[in-house]
Amino acid sequence: MLSQFLQFLFAGLTVGATYALAALGYTLVYSASGMINFAQGEFIMLGAMTASALVAAGVPLLLALALAIAFTTLVGVTMAKFAVEPAKTTSMTSLIIITLGAGQVIRGAVQISLGKGNHALPGLSDERPLHILGAALVPQAIWIMGLALVIVLVLFWYFNATMHGKALVATSHNRLAAQLVGINTMGILTFSFALSAALGAIGGVLLAPITFTSYDAGTMLGLKGFVAAALGGLGSALGAVIGGLVLGIIEAMTAAYVSSAYKDAVAFILIILLFVVAPHGLFGAKSSHRV
Amino acid sequence: MRLAEQAAPMPLAPDARALLEVKGLKVRYGPIEALHGIDFAVAKGQLVALVGANGAGKTTLLRVLSGVHRQSEGTIGFDGTDISRLAPHRRVALGICQAPEGRQVFGPMSVEDNIRLGAYRRQSADLNERIDQAYVLFPVLKEKRKLSAGTLSGGQQQMLAIARALMGEPKLLLLDEPSLGLAPLLAAEILRVVDRLRQQGITILLVEQNARAALAIADFGYVMETGRIVKAGTGPELLQSEDVKRAYLGM
Ligand SMILES: Nc1ncnc2c1ncn2[C@@H]1O[C@H](COP(=O)(O)OP(=O)(O)O)[C@@H](O)[C@H]1O
Ligand SMILES: [Mg+2]
Repeated sequence: MLSQFLQFLFAGLTVGATYALAALGYTLVYSASGMINFAQGEFIMLGAMTASALVAAGVPLLLALALAIAFTTLVGVTMAKFAVEPAKTTSMTSLIIITLGAGQVIRGAVQISLGKGNHALPGLSDERPLHILGAALVPQAIWIMGLALVIVLVLFWYFNATMHGKALVATSHNRLAAQLVGINTMGILTFSFALSAALGAIGGVLLAPITFTSYDAGTMLGLKGFVAAALGGLGSALGAVIGGLVLGIIEAMTAAYVSSAYKDAVAFILIILLFVVAPHGLFGAKSSHRV
Repeated sequence: MRLAEQAAPMPLAPDARALLEVKGLKVRYGPIEALHGIDFAVAKGQLVALVGANGAGKTTLLRVLSGVHRQSEGTIGFDGTDISRLAPHRRVALGICQAPEGRQVFGPMSVEDNIRLGAYRRQSADLNERIDQAYVLFPVLKEKRKLSAGTLSGGQQQMLAIARALMGEPKLLLLDEPSLGLAPLLAAEILRVVDRLRQQGITILLVEQNARAALAIADFGYVMETGRIVKAGTGPELLQSEDVKRAYLGM
């Protein structure tokens, strides 16, 4: 019993860690600009698909992963510079539609260039599972959880101990005041897109060896990441991480003890409950207290 | 009849070099024009007061000077260069720092983080000494440096907003209604600090609804009315002027 429960818990934490990275992506962009980037899920897919195409073309694995993450980051920057910044003075609704449109463009481009099939990606190390209290843990899951933890720690250091990180936090609290102390808020916006694209891509290349990937994998992952961010109070980095892990665990437990058919429904039920019960997120982040 | 229509050509702040020189500035919010062609100057080292009723366009003018709102026409010269198209953060780098209307502190962040962020474009080795100087000017901020800025009283937030602007080592300090909403004693204290900053050599453009108090400490003043500058003169001149007395000093 315990070993089975542990098994599901590991599965939940593993996928939850990638949700957490996606949720951090939403949180970063939301903090820097007050907008929700609905192309976040496509960053996850783009990272994974680019890496798998590069590996298929014979590029060594680690180089392929690095190139895929760098390329996705570049796409994020391009999106901020050419789609979001020029429209920054228009309404929030049009900005959201712009991000949805940019997501469609990314997905379409991947579909045309890499096709509709499922793509695999090798894991970071060999595939012999470890056994912990009778539960099997594949090495890739350890990589995912470990790297996600490192990334989260680095991000917390960045927000709390560096001037640039504090500038991003300050921009989220008061954009006008941020401009008046000399923070380049447009630069912060671009940077937040770059970082969120990188986080998405890292999650994507780490998760793909476990789940496969395809041109349309970003939609569902993006939605899950958004639900995780909303659970965490949209704008709270710690909330995003907890939200991601909680969502991953609830999904895994639902699949195990209810039915795997309902696994994907969990996120949608949670988001509806959330809007009704706790519109500011489960972790009490007020809208004024971001990042 | 508008004051402007009877005025002779507008005198500009006297004295050798204008640090700030604004010409033909027109500003709109959407379809509505808020400033209808503003010409004025601020001489180096002076404390210049900008007074006028609520809605005259004083805040709008400061927003445009800092670059957070764009003019539709006109030019802004600063220290000999044209900064009309410069992004806000570049103007801060040049030394135009503003304590905006309503204080606009970073509420959830600590008082000290607010002060540090004021020096975002002035990261130097002596940063901690400069923070200490800010605490000498406003000792209460030192006591509260670990608290979040949102927990401060209105007067303390105003001090924080001024301290934050000073951390940018301003060549031109823009102050938008620093005494608004403060108890009279505290308002007077803030204006004393402003006076002291001028004595230290900082050029200051002070926006105030309390025209009497502002003009009393100013070297030069401008009176704004519905998007225009309608009168200019030295502090005493404006305080003595019958129009100004009637319209702004309630006499
Ligand atoms: N964000 C805004 N959108 C539209 N109109 C504005 C905005 N801000 C100010 N105004 C208008 O511009 C004029 C000048 O306002 P403001 O600069 O705030 O005056 P003051 O600071 O002298 O009280 C007013 O008529 C005001 O209604
Ligand atoms: Mg005002």
